[in-house]
Amino acid sequence: MGKPGTQGRPKEGHPSGKLQLGIYWCASCGGCDIAVLDINEKILDVAALADIKLWPIALDFKYEDVRALPDKALDVSFINGALRNSEQVEIVELLRKKSKTVVAFGSCACWGGIPALANLFDRNQIFERVYGTSPSTVNPNRSVPALESRMPEGTLTLPTFYNTVYKLDDIIPVEYYLPGCPPPAELVAEAVDAIATGNLPPAGSVLAKEKALCDSCPRERAEKKVTTFRRVHEVQPDPDRCLLDQGIICCGPATRDGCGARCLEANMPCRGCFGPTPEAVEQGAKMLSAVGSIIEGRDEAEIKRVAAQVVDPAGTFYRFGLAASLLHRSYQERSLKEGVELDSRLDPTVVPTGKEAVT
Amino acid sequence: MTDRSGTTGDLSGFQPRLVGFLCNWCSYTGADLAGTARMKYPANMRIIRVMCSGRVEPVLVLKAFAEGADGVLVSGCHPGDCHYMEGNYKALRRRFLVEALLEQFGIDRRRFRFQWISAAEGDRLAEIVEEMVAEIRLLGPLGRARERLFQADHLSLNPAAGGPSPA
Repeated sequence: MGKPGTQGRPKEGHPSGKLQLGIYWCASCGGCDIAVLDINEKILDVAALADIKLWPIALDFKYEDVRALPDKALDVSFINGALRNSEQVEIVELLRKKSKTVVAFGSCACWGGIPALANLFDRNQIFERVYGTSPSTVNPNRSVPALESRMPEGTLTLPTFYNTVYKLDDIIPVEYYLPGCPPPAELVAEAVDAIATGNLPPAGSVLAKEKALCDSCPRERAEKKVTTFRRVHEVQPDPDRCLLDQGIICCGPATRDGCGARCLEANMPCRGCFGPTPEAVEQGAKMLSAVGSIIEGRDEAEIKRVAAQVVDPAGTFYRFGLAASLLHRSYQERSLKEGVELDSRLDPTVVPTGKEAVT
Repeated sequence: MTDRSGTTGDLSGFQPRLVGFLCNWCSYTGADLAGTARMKYPANMRIIRVMCSGRVEPVLVLKAFAEGADGVLVSGCHPGDCHYMEGNYKALRRRFLVEALLEQFGIDRRRFRFQWISAAEGDRLAEIVEEMVAEIRLLGPLGRARERLFQADHLSLNPAAGGPSPA
């Protein structure tokens, strides 16, 4: 994991002699928190080694407890999930102030992850779908949650739902990136070891390998010439041959190694959760280039037909990396042209009337 | 004064910024011909000479858009004419994926153009630049939509992260 840096264990520690630790989740599925528990008996080392000061999924600490800590009181905070609303931004800013080291934990914190796929839409479209047109919704008044509702007992507030999903380092500086969906137990254990011993690489490092996943893939590769792209549910892939050779889109060429090729062992293609290789400017564009290059043929109509078999290029090549991509989000030119305005009820700068509360 | 941001909605003075990736052997030579032959066409395109259209990776197109281009042209030799035999076919194989991707990113399809232009077709190049400028002038600045969507979040983003900078 590279040379020891200066970002390691603080010189003067907590009086208890234990590592002061915070674990927080933002827009995430909870899988990253489970991954911390997946280190099995090593969790006992963590408990012996660390005082956990915040961990919403497992322990009953309040934000007030964290606010009461002196600045830099936490040695390290593991933050998972993408940034989707103002509560998450408030808490990660608080944790940044209270932490010596912040680790972006998991693909969502590192590159936006699955939640950032929402950046192909805007807040209007998301609310319309969730509170309007989804098959399980009955909402004839099209009520949406209001930011503030005045009730006889007082005013209730909700966090602002942003238009765009952000990765953690868009909001606060981050020392280390621990990728994966979720990060594999070995890498979590290595990171915990490194932090406990102060044996950390230079700040800004990704705590995984430096090469592309293809480098450690055991499958056999041939000259790639694809005439038909297939999705993984449409075919039983040959477990010994390169999946791209078989016309199944595998993100190995553009994705960082370090996961142990678990998906490939299960005969599933890489979906790209470890983010771009160190040299890649952008994972999605690199992957798109790789897939384009293996299309067979010289005839324009034929090439067009094969390319059209790649269903959902943005969702396939940017599955975990949309918030880290060059474009970051959809430009929504069409809705701009049609004069669709953002719903002012969701805008924190507009004084709410309190009439739009959920009914 | 030109309204670069387009936020006022006044597009009368809007000059689109175009980026053209032209291959050294055909399209750039075509542009050269347009110049030496004194053909007139709008000066909106920043031409970048590349050795081959096959060298224009999708990331270059995305980067141009992300850094404020209102339109991008990729141009190479006609099929069968590539100096490197295969390069223009490589470009063609990526073309349809790039188009589908830009569509999903909510970027109007008229902002990306892929065109074969030979060394003898200076007039064709002039024509295409004229068309692109006319079409994109009506579409307005690309950064406008994006800025509006980011500004709605009222966030100050960490500048060190290489996060989303407004186009």
